[in-house]
Amino acid sequence: MMLPVIFVIPLIQLLILVNAANMEMKHIRICIVDNDLSSSSRLITGKFSNSKFFTVQGHTFSMEEAQRQIENGRADMVLHIPEGFERNMIRENKAKTQLLFNAINGTVAGISNAYAAQIIAGANREIIMEWYGNSETQAGAAAINIIPSFWYNPDMNYKIFMVPAILVLLVTLIGMMLATLNIVREKEMGNIEQINVTPIRKIHFITGKLLPFWIIALVMLAFGLLIGKLIYNIPMLGSLPLLFVVAGIYLLAMLGFGLMISNSAATQQQAMFVMFFFILIFIMMSGIFTPTDSMPNWAQTINYLNPVSYFMRIIRMILLKGSGFIDILRDFVILLCYSITVITLAVFRYRKVS
Amino acid sequence: MFGIPVAQMLLFGYIITTEVKDARIAILDHSKDETTRKIIDKLASSGYFIIAKYLSHEQEIADCFRQGTVKEVVVFEPDFARKLQNEKMASVHLIADASDANSANLVVNYTGAVINDFIAKENKSSAMPLQIITEPRMLYNPELKGVYMFVPGTMAMILVLICALLTSVSIVREKELGTMEVLLVSPLKPLQIVLGKVTPYIFLSFVNVITILLLSNFVFGLPVRGSITLLLAESFLFISLALSLGILISSSTSSQQMAMVASMLGLMLPSILLSGFIFPIDNMPGWIQWICYINPTTYFIVILKNIMLKGLGFMSVWKETAILAGITMFLLVVSTKKFKVRLD
Repeated sequence: MMLPVIFVIPLIQLLILVNAANMEMKHIRICIVDNDLSSSSRLITGKFSNSKFFTVQGHTFSMEEAQRQIENGRADMVLHIPEGFERNMIRENKAKTQLLFNAINGTVAGISNAYAAQIIAGANREIIMEWYGNSETQAGAAAINIIPSFWYNPDMNYKIFMVPAILVLLVTLIGMMLATLNIVREKEMGNIEQINVTPIRKIHFITGKLLPFWIIALVMLAFGLLIGKLIYNIPMLGSLPLLFVVAGIYLLAMLGFGLMISNSAATQQQAMFVMFFFILIFIMMSGIFTPTDSMPNWAQTINYLNPVSYFMRIIRMILLKGSGFIDILRDFVILLCYSITVITLAVFRYRKVS
Repeated sequence: MFGIPVAQMLLFGYIITTEVKDARIAILDHSKDETTRKIIDKLASSGYFIIAKYLSHEQEIADCFRQGTVKEVVVFEPDFARKLQNEKMASVHLIADASDANSANLVVNYTGAVINDFIAKENKSSAMPLQIITEPRMLYNPELKGVYMFVPGTMAMILVLICALLTSVSIVREKELGTMEVLLVSPLKPLQIVLGKVTPYIFLSFVNVITILLLSNFVFGLPVRGSITLLLAESFLFISLALSLGILISSSTSSQQMAMVASMLGLMLPSILLSGFIFPIDNMPGWIQWICYINPTTYFIVILKNIMLKGLGFMSVWKETAILAGITMFLLVVSTKKFKVRLD
């Protein structure tokens, strides 16, 4: 059972999860309600159909119909150009358009709104140019030319961000699960008494329990990195030995934590539940999907106690940005203290009595 | 077991936000004039950014990113204000740490918006002719809160966790400890054994559903716009589905560890990642979308969103309900078959 778990699961997860965990937004489905049908309104709708970001889902003339499309999930947003749009523009020098968003996913709605506003502003400029010619519009207004550049990842490939995260998820989950279920399993099976009567010392017992999982997790990490390189061509700018040293220390902390849970639990079920509880919190707070900076302050404070967040940050820094030992020194020292504390606790908590 | 849903709700409600807030940026101002100072003030007071550092050299940018202290560096070109005045055009360079492509994109967009807003206000005196005014309206979630997205997903996830995982483990446990044989030779029918195992978890899940709904209502102000009865009925359907999945897993595995690995990797992760809970399904490659459509959690989340957030009735979710019911029937038949085989 062990071998497939170690090699097949990372492969499948890297294949599926990395592709699934994608927050790039494309193909926002838009339903267009153009009640004006003038050349200006056509210019706007044309811009939307040409945009890569939006996919025109359908045209209709009734707002009710369009709203129903949002309700049943066929469209993500509606662009409504009311009747008399062009006339208002000529007479009153301004005209209104309305955008409706399905805002259950607030982030997507917010970004779609920003893009839509950009497109409409572009169309607006074109209309002005068409009517007034080039010279007049440029005269009064100053403009700031904004040049964005994206370091380390100019193609904005979200996958290279996710591969290290999924690797952390994997080694943490599998390593901790194995460690957590271990001692308690011996207890449940009644083997623990037999170990307890041997002259083995506490530290030896804990080391013996820890070492195999530690090696398994590191092998898995290596295997996962290899797959990441082969399939996704993730960059490895920093030093791999450094990465493995950090990973080793991190795993000691997590596995020690698992053994501690295992030690105090009575049944495997109980142990597993406690582990799930911690691991979910640890992983969700680690910045795996969402930046840790946008969390509320109290959560960021709690995060200082979260070993996963340190490793998540370090692995991304080393692989993607080529950070060296000096750059990660602070996180490194904290992780080291963490694992020493946890291992010491695990040894002390282990009692040779049942 | 009651602590977990509560903790998760609070976690997801507060932690998982993708909005830009207090993003740490650095400024490299080659110009240091009135205008750039105004723009910097605007950035600092926008609430989106914290200005963590002022740099004086291009070389420092790479160091900042390598240490991970800032996400974006805003570089103003020399003579910024003068160029803006004389040539009507000045450049600002936004360098983002795109190792996290998404937040880099967001941060750059937000910075651009703040700067554009600034210049638009400066230009106000010379008003643009022929303005198109856009009025965006955010349906269902006008404040764009993250919780709206996460409550349905969390609910589905907790139900899968409790029902499928706990059932499968508790049945396999009997096998492992050898007590299953005792149960099987007793005059109880297999169905009765399974029912006995499963009933406590049904209750537990129901209590959890109600806890989550209350929490989301009172702590996060999330409304239940549709019918609560319908919501509970659909939850019951999903609970039975998860339970039958659990029974199926338990009858195909022989050790608790195996059952846990199977339910965790086979159920937990897909229900988080392949269900539209966090990541929109539309963005995934085609073959993964197919997996999502096999995943029952996907349908349950759609149902929850339609009923809770959009306030729609049964007519809007009958298709998803039918699919869930179909999967439940299928799983029940398969798992009872498997269970009987073991009896022989």
